[in-house]
Parts: sequence; structure tokens; C-alpha cells
Amino acid sequence: MNRLGLGVLAGVLAWLVTGCGGEGKTAVTVYAAASLSEAFEDLAAEYEAANPDADVKLNFAGSARLAAQISAGARADVFASANGANMSRVVAEGRTASLPVLFARNRLALVVPADNPGNVTELEDLSDDSLVLAMCAPEVPCGALARAVLADAGVTANPDTEETSVRAVLTKVTLGEADAGLVYATDLAAGGNKVATVPLGPQIRVNDYPVVAVSDRAVAADFVDFILGPDGQRILWSHGFDFP
Amino acid sequence: MTGRATPKEPNRRPPIAVLVAAIIAVAVLALPLVGLLQRTPWSTLGTRLGETATLEALRVSVVVSLLAAAVSMVLGLPLAWVLARLTFRGRALVRAVVLLPMVLPPVVGGIALFFALGRKGLVGRALQNWFGIDTLIGTTAGAVIAAAFVSMPFFVITAEAGLRQLDTRLESAASTLGAGRWTVLRRITLPLLAPSLAAGATLSWARALGEFGATITFAGNHPGRTRTLPLAIAQANEAGQPEAAIAMSVLLIGVSLLILIGLRHRWIAPRTTQQKNSSEASPS
Amino acid sequence: MSIQAEVHAATGDFSIHAAFDAPTGSCTAIVGPNGAGKTTLVHALAGLIPLRQGRIVLAGQVVDDPAQGIQTPPDRRPIALHSQHNLLFPHLSVVDNVAFGPRCAGLAARPARQRAEEWLSRVGLADLAELRPAQLSGGQAQRVGLARAAACEPNVLLLDESLASLDAETRTDVRHLLADIEATRVLITHDPVETRVLADQLLVMEKGEIVQTGTPEEVAADPRTPWTAGLLDINLLTGTAAGTEVALEGGLTLTTATPMTGPVLVTFSPAAVTLSTVEPHTSARNTWEAEVARIQPESDRVRVLLGAPVPCQAWVTPQAVGELGLRAGSRCWAALKATELTVREA
Repeated sequence: MNRLGLGVLAGVLAWLVTGCGGEGKTAVTVYAAASLSEAFEDLAAEYEAANPDADVKLNFAGSARLAAQISAGARADVFASANGANMSRVVAEGRTASLPVLFARNRLALVVPADNPGNVTELEDLSDDSLVLAMCAPEVPCGALARAVLADAGVTANPDTEETSVRAVLTKVTLGEADAGLVYATDLAAGGNKVATVPLGPQIRVNDYPVVAVSDRAVAADFVDFILGPDGQRILWSHGFDFP
Repeated sequence: MTGRATPKEPNRRPPIAVLVAAIIAVAVLALPLVGLLQRTPWSTLGTRLGETATLEALRVSVVVSLLAAAVSMVLGLPLAWVLARLTFRGRALVRAVVLLPMVLPPVVGGIALFFALGRKGLVGRALQNWFGIDTLIGTTAGAVIAAAFVSMPFFVITAEAGLRQLDTRLESAASTLGAGRWTVLRRITLPLLAPSLAAGATLSWARALGEFGATITFAGNHPGRTRTLPLAIAQANEAGQPEAAIAMSVLLIGVSLLILIGLRHRWIAPRTTQQKNSSEASPS
Repeated sequence: MSIQAEVHAATGDFSIHAAFDAPTGSCTAIVGPNGAGKTTLVHALAGLIPLRQGRIVLAGQVVDDPAQGIQTPPDRRPIALHSQHNLLFPHLSVVDNVAFGPRCAGLAARPARQRAEEWLSRVGLADLAELRPAQLSGGQAQRVGLARAAACEPNVLLLDESLASLDAETRTDVRHLLADIEATRVLITHDPVETRVLADQLLVMEKGEIVQTGTPEEVAADPRTPWTAGLLDINLLTGTAAGTEVALEGGLTLTTATPMTGPVLVTFSPAAVTLSTVEPHTSARNTWEAEVARIQPESDRVRVLLGAPVPCQAWVTPQAVGELGLRAGSRCWAALKATELTVREA
């Protein structure tokens, strides 16, 4: 092997070994529900801008899975859940350093592909069985919310697919493979111009998002305070969340 | 036939390093299983497995995986034959494309299936116009297609390897005894290929049984139609019901182990008969 | 004519050019050194190799004629082939192997099996019917392969070294079997006795061409190439043995070293025969007076063909021809040691 080859190899190895930077900074590991992804990425960036020493590490997944990981001893500093049930479980097991606080609310949204092939104009249209309808499974927060909203409206809908993540619902609508999907209002931005929203009118039902400091490190409490503070709330609002 | 004069009895004691590595490898593969079994709620296992939802997922799994294996065989055997017997330009490329689903993340496979068979896919419009198929989401057909997509390569490579090993002179011999093409295929090629076909079918069935990503992406998650055991397990896990997930996992592992153990004999045992027969009586 | 063949064919960069005819029911033996193209010729007849040019007619059916675009697949030819590799089907029992051809010919399972069993007993393997090919010895497998081809009862039976790995005793039986088969037979062989006993016509192939054709006797009397001479330089007589005495068909009785009973073949090398002008008094057990039929000088020796009462050949040096005054029509004495004779069951 020639000298150039060796140099390239050494460079690649160095890159592989060192990985992402962040040495010498205070890391704060945040476990957040999948529906918080974009909002928390902005939050983390702004927090790091305000605290140059901090290095926010984000882990997004379904709330239940995150709760299970924390129960199993995962080293999280902060846990932001998409519903109360999963939060209660972590708190009840004594895994937290503080009490949970509500920091955001999310509304349900009815999305259709931009050309609205199923001609869906209101929630009642979802009772049409010829419609390809995507929803979250009842066991996940967005699915529970969707079923509650449908029940309130007296609509019986048979989803063709029950996704375990709200983003999978959105993907099927974005691709035009589903005629309608029930997602969070906060997911609309991710759908871009490929999806259109069908207004649902005023909603009583919402999803409450609690956050808690899992570890007793100062930076954990500080990050929770940042979320609840004016900058944090502004960012969450800009992503479609309501104030608690 | 060569003589049986082995030069010297090889040293029976295997090298320590090899043994240690082998033990570590087994541990890496088996330890998660042991962990799962150790956390299995054995006392409630029977009740959990008896639940309607679980049985339904099991039924969907069996139906979908069997159909997928059948599709893999019916379409995969001619493909394997073409790859093994015909020489044409771009054969290496075709083989690579055929095997791609083995390395592709299944979710990507699911999305790709949308682009092919979905409403806005390459042939989706044709499906709609000719067969009146509006969507494959939430249909067993969709789940079978997704499972066949990821499992057919396993059948194709196994069958192709079998066809390449096959002594084509036996097929010629049959024809010189008056057997036409179909007779040769039915009475010589297929029976001789049977061990490979069984191994390939079993492998592709096992792969289809464990299939998750392409199925949930392309066919969605619909109870009784596309919700197979892997989907039900993921859902239970996502919903914070690890016990249910573990119980169903144990069920899936049990079924898979049965298949793989059944497979082992055919996979390892070569056709000694044929080798002996064809290498003898060389002219002096 | 059962076979009219003009074959121009090639496998890889090896090509053969051969033409011959064979009457119905005849046996044609193809001999020649390894790599001469014998198997290629037989495979062309079987339809396993396409013709480049030429024409093959088998039992009145034009099976190959590239000029007319005719190329019949093996299964539609009136042939059966027994390959030198046997190629028994490993997944079928011995009897099912033999019944394969009859089944392909449309026979129902039961009569096909009956016919297979008949042929198996004709090759002496009736009791191995249920075994798998892997359980057979080389010689047994060869007999099963032969039975499998013969059970097709084809017009033309193609045999590629079908007796090569048989022991002497079985060989005799199988040779009788082959002699009795009604089909027109084409047989590749390396065995001079087989050639002489079975063949009505001999094709000598070398380097992809037929270099000599004729009856075995004609070819043996006048071999055109050293290889042919080497293969056929053997005297073969038939007679009836009683102990160490063999009464030849020509009337003479030979003494042999091997006691036998019944019809036998006696073979000996032309080098084993010594000639003299007067009756010899030697240790040789067999002496007779013979007429010289022909004198044929070769490069470093002379081939003397003796006529009645024992047609055979002897080699002598050119000097001896002069000293003994040998010429066609002259008489001389022949001597042959009993130990030079090989006797086997006919």
C-alpha cells in the first residue's frame, strides 16, 4: 500500500474512532416522545446556544418504549412523555428526581393527501369504509386521543392500518397511499405541502405532555426549567403545541 | 473412486483459541434469548398466549408466511433456473438485484413497494384499472407481497446453488432414455433438487415469519389481516406491555426454532449418492 | 439400413467428421485411442450434440439434417444410450431406474416394472432391484445402466464402454446378452475380444476421423495404423474344451494350460507362433502343418497369415521369411506353447 493510501486509511480510522465531538462539555441526555422530535431539536440548539458548555443528547422514541428503557436503568437526565400514563409509571418506580410538570398540549389533526382523493371534508366522512384510513394503534397516545375524539363525535371509523408511531400514519398520507390519517397538529409541518388539513373545529380533547428530571444533576433541572421558560414555550408554540 | 488412505489421523484436540471464539460467538447469539426466557412470565404465559389477539396474530403470521413462501417458490424456482442455467449479459447484475432485499433495510423495502405497487407507484395504476385493487394497505395480499419481497431471495439463492450442484448429465441421460423436457423436470430435476428446494422454502418461510419492517410499512397493521406476530410484538412493546411482547416473542421463537431444527438435516446432509455414482467407472 | 450417418460435429474446439452405415440388427464397434472422438460420435447419434453439417437417419427417421433445419431432441429418437459413466438416477431404486425408459415410452407402472425386472434378471441383478444406486459396486452399476438402456428396447442401442468395469465372468454373460439383443447396436470398446466376437463391422477412429472400416477380420488382417494393429494383434479361435484339450472348429485339437469345459474362446499373440519348414520337435504342445495364405511385410517384421486348418497370424522377421522360403500358398509347420494360450468361456 502506498503512502497516500495509508494516509487515507489513517484518516478514515481516526474519523471512525473519534465519532461525534462534544468533549469537555456537560452532556445532558434527554429522552423525548417521538412527536416532540422537531421541537426538541430546536430547543436543544437554542439551549446549547445559551449554554455553550452544554451538550444536549436527544433520544426520540415512543413514550412507552422510553419509559421502559428508563425503568430498565437507562441513563437519562430528562424525560418528556407524550402522555401521563407512561410518566406515572416512571415516577411510581421512583426513577425521577423531581415531580412531573405539564409543559405542552397537542391537538389532533385530520390530514389528507394534497389532492384529497377521498374527498374528506369533515370527521364524519371517516365512517366511510371504502376510505383508506390510517390511525395510531389504541395503545399509543395518538391512537388513544384519536379514538376519544371519534367517540366524542359519535363517528365509528375502521382504520385500515393501526400504526405504532404517528409519523408512520403521516408517511402513508404523504405518499398518497392512505386517503386520510389522524395525526397530531404538530406533525403537519413535517407533511409539508403534500398533505392538507381538514378543520376539526374546537377541540376539548388534547394530549398533555409532562416532563420530569430523571437524574438529580443540576443540568437536568436547568433543562426542564428552560422548557418551561419563555424561550422554551415560544419554540414549542412555533411547532404547533399549545400552552399547558 | 480414490482409495481411503488418509495420510495421518489429524490431531483430535481443537485449538483453544478457536474454542474460545466459538463459545463467545454462541454467547453473543444465545444470551439475548436466555435473557428473554429468564424474563418470560411463565405463570401467565398460557393465558397470554390463549388471548384472542395473540391467536389471531399467530394465524395471520402462519397464513402470510406460508403464502409468501409459496409465492417465493413458484416465482423463485424459474428465476433460479434462469440464473443457474442461462448465460446472458447482465446476469451478475440481475443476481445482485434479486439478492438486494436481503441487505436492504425492510422499511426501505416497504417504501419501495409503495413506489412500485402503491396508488402512485409504477404499476399501481395498472393494478387499479385491471384488477380493481385500490390499495394493498390493510390487506393480507399486501402483507404476503411484503413478506415475499424480503424472503424470496433466500429461496432463489438456495435453489440456484442446488441447480448448479446438480449433475446435468443425469438430465441428458434421462432424455436419451426417452424422457421429454417435462418428464425430465418432473422425474429427475425436481426430485434431485428436492433437498435444496426444501431448504430454500424453509429458509424463506422462516424469514417471512420474522418479517416486520416491510410489512408494517407497506401493508400496515390491521388486526386479523396484516397484524402478524412481529407486528403485534412491536405494538405491545410500543404500548408499554413488555410481558405481552415477551410472551408472543417466546411463541415466535418456538415456532422459528422448530422450523430451523427441521431444516438442519436437509441443509447439512449432502447428496452422497449422486457423487458416488457419477465419479465411478472412468474408462481406462 | 438402420443407421445412415454423416456426422460433422464439434465439442469445444474438437471436431469430428465421420460417415458410416449400419444394417438393421447389426453391431458396429467403434474403436480408437482415447480422445479419438468415439463418445462424441455416439453423442451426436443420440442427439446430445448438434450436427454442424451432415445428416443422420435412424430407422428411417431423419433425426438430423442441419441444412433442412432438422434437429430432433434425444427423447424423440429411436435410440437408447448407455453412457460410460452409467449416470444412474440416485433418487430412484435400481428397478425404477430400469423402468424409467419403458415408463417414458408410455408403459403403465406395472408392465414397466415387469419389463425392468426381466432385464435386471438378464443382467443377473434381479435380487438388487430395491437397492439404491449408491449401494451398488462399479460393476453392478454398469450392468444396471446397461439394463436400463436395453429395457427401452430401442431400434438403435448406443453403448459407450458398457463392459469396461465388469469382471471376466460377468463380462462373458453380458457379452452374450449383447449378442442376443435385436436392436442395431453401436458399441464403443477397447476390448479386442469384444470387438471380434460382437461386431459385424468395425470403425477405427483417430483424431476425429474414421480411418478404417471393415469386418473385424478384415481390419485385423490389414490394420492401417499402429494403434489398430496394437489393439487387434491377437489371434482368436473358437472351440470346445474338455479339460486341457480344446477341439477347434477347424478340426485341430489344441492343448492348453487351463482346464475348462464347454464352448471356449482361445486367444494368443501372433508373436507366440513359431514357424519352421519341417515338423518341429520342441517343448511346444501344439504343432500343426499350415498353408500360408498371405505374406504382409510391415516396417520391422512380417505378418504371416496362415490358412486351414487354423486361421491365425504369426510374426516373423524378414530374414526368417527368406530362410523358410515363405510365400502365399507354401506350406510350413506352426508351433504354439500351451502356456501362451488364454482360454475363456465363450
